[in-house]
Amino acid sequence: MTDLSVEFCGVRFENPLVLASGVLGVTADSMAQVVRSGAGGVTTKSLWAREHAGHPGPVIIAGEHFMLNAVGIPDAGPEKAREEIAHYREVCKAPLIANIVGGSISDYAEIAGVVADFAPDIIEVNISCPNVSDEFGKPMACSIVKAAEVTALVKKVLLDKGSRVPVTVKLSPNVENIVAIADSVLKAGADGITAINTLGPGMVIDIDFARPVLANKVGGLSGPGMKPIAVKMVHDIYKAGKDGKIGCPIIGTGGVMTGRDAIEMMMAGATLVGVGSAVWFRGQDVFGKIVSEMNEWCESAGVAHLRDVIGKVHAAN
Amino acid sequence: MLKIVNNIPQAVTIKEVITETVQVKTFVLDVSLGAEPGQFVNLWIPGLNEKPFSVALDDGKEMHISIAAVGPFSQKMHELKAGDKVGIRGPFGTRFEFKKGQHLALLAGGYGAAPLYFLARRASEAGCSVEFILGARSKDLLLFTDRISALPGVSLHTATNDGSSGYTGFNTDLLVQIVEAGEAEGGAAKIDLICTVGPEIMMMKAMNLAQEKGISAQISVERYMKCGFGVCGNCVVDGLGVPTCISGPVMPLEKVLQIPDFGKYHRDSLGKKIYY
Repeated sequence: MTDLSVEFCGVRFENPLVLASGVLGVTADSMAQVVRSGAGGVTTKSLWAREHAGHPGPVIIAGEHFMLNAVGIPDAGPEKAREEIAHYREVCKAPLIANIVGGSISDYAEIAGVVADFAPDIIEVNISCPNVSDEFGKPMACSIVKAAEVTALVKKVLLDKGSRVPVTVKLSPNVENIVAIADSVLKAGADGITAINTLGPGMVIDIDFARPVLANKVGGLSGPGMKPIAVKMVHDIYKAGKDGKIGCPIIGTGGVMTGRDAIEMMMAGATLVGVGSAVWFRGQDVFGKIVSEMNEWCESAGVAHLRDVIGKVHAAN
Repeated sequence: MLKIVNNIPQAVTIKEVITETVQVKTFVLDVSLGAEPGQFVNLWIPGLNEKPFSVALDDGKEMHISIAAVGPFSQKMHELKAGDKVGIRGPFGTRFEFKKGQHLALLAGGYGAAPLYFLARRASEAGCSVEFILGARSKDLLLFTDRISALPGVSLHTATNDGSSGYTGFNTDLLVQIVEAGEAEGGAAKIDLICTVGPEIMMMKAMNLAQEKGISAQISVERYMKCGFGVCGNCVVDGLGVPTCISGPVMPLEKVLQIPDFGKYHRDSLGKKIYY
């Protein structure tokens, strides 16, 4: 039996698969079910400092190779998050990543301070949602300066509270140079990088109604079609590394459907692998399927410790 | 390995609009999605919203969707006429399942009559005998009475709060009477399966009765469904932690017993608990 465990910013995961933010993750029992089905950890849906309504429907549509979503990050606010995270701790041992989001830099500081009290294992800062730009403008992940500013402020709020919880910053692929942005947030104090958020945004038009199908008109693109882009970006971020050395902690997310996909993402440089739209493409039991596929591959390839494949492609180049 | 599908609404024409009661209209759609009793579809009005609705009939040629005007979407639906188009996708979720020749008790509260009519029709075709127990506040709100009565092998029992039709009081009292009469008589009179759609407190009473009497039951668990993909997470029930748009709405008694929120609270569009 292969050892699938990995360590991310000092936090141990039984296997590298984590539920990506935005998928399921509304309630404790939902996340606990994801762990029962095979995930090594979970990420909450994005948490706001105050209640936030999502978009009307349709919120999700899909084609053969993609999913397009504009759910709009609905959330009931911190009291509900407190209750759900506390309940999760009672029913589940796997690490929990609390994903936080805000409309302004000060929102991020506020929610980071609140969420620190819930003692998540990791905080993931979502500065890259492409579906709320009508409300808040271009995502902060599109600016080197703003991305670093948010990161530094979140880290400062946490340190001021005496919290040493690791922070990973979720980046947008919809930028000219994701490596430069990764570098700026790492220099601003981020412990890790989550790459990537959804692509685009994209649009699907219903030709009978002559209207965009999503109520928000545009939505973030995920699913199998985005995987090569995610793999390349994870590869590039890992290669650029941190503190002048190759490699940094990365949650590689984007189009992972199978065990082979997950291992490919790890070889590019991911320590953890986010799984999101595969929950629809392959069903709610997808985590268990991917775990057994990873095990099968490791056994056939003679890999005793899955963590040994992290960044492996860079050794060959 | 991957599903080869386009999960995007398609435009369909409304063939006919039938006024059922003061609150409810049935929309006859020129499409079949192969829906089974208990499943739901999402209807889309471009520029407004997309909402889930249970299926009142899918006969392989056309679909019937019965809608009560209770909010902005359903009120807009009520303004639509024959010839207008709506978007539709699905079917989503699980279905009611029965065996040929079984004796079924269907407990419908209010609009729950629509999906259970579809079930009664299929059960009737499969040679089942069906006790259809329909409850509403008053006679004018009882849905589908003529259609239900016309089905072979189906007996309609009505209950109204004001006594304007049938039994005066809750339809769950009628269910108890029918189940106990079946028990006393034995043989084919015994109820094999209870299926229920309607207010959650009513369904919980039916569930408790089924458990007490050792009868199989299937319950339509309604939660705030947005995407129908099992992705957005809004319709996940506590305990089981599964999305009802995929693992529901129809669930067997044994599963519903593992949902601590059933009969106690549901969640709104933000995931906040709303107690009954």
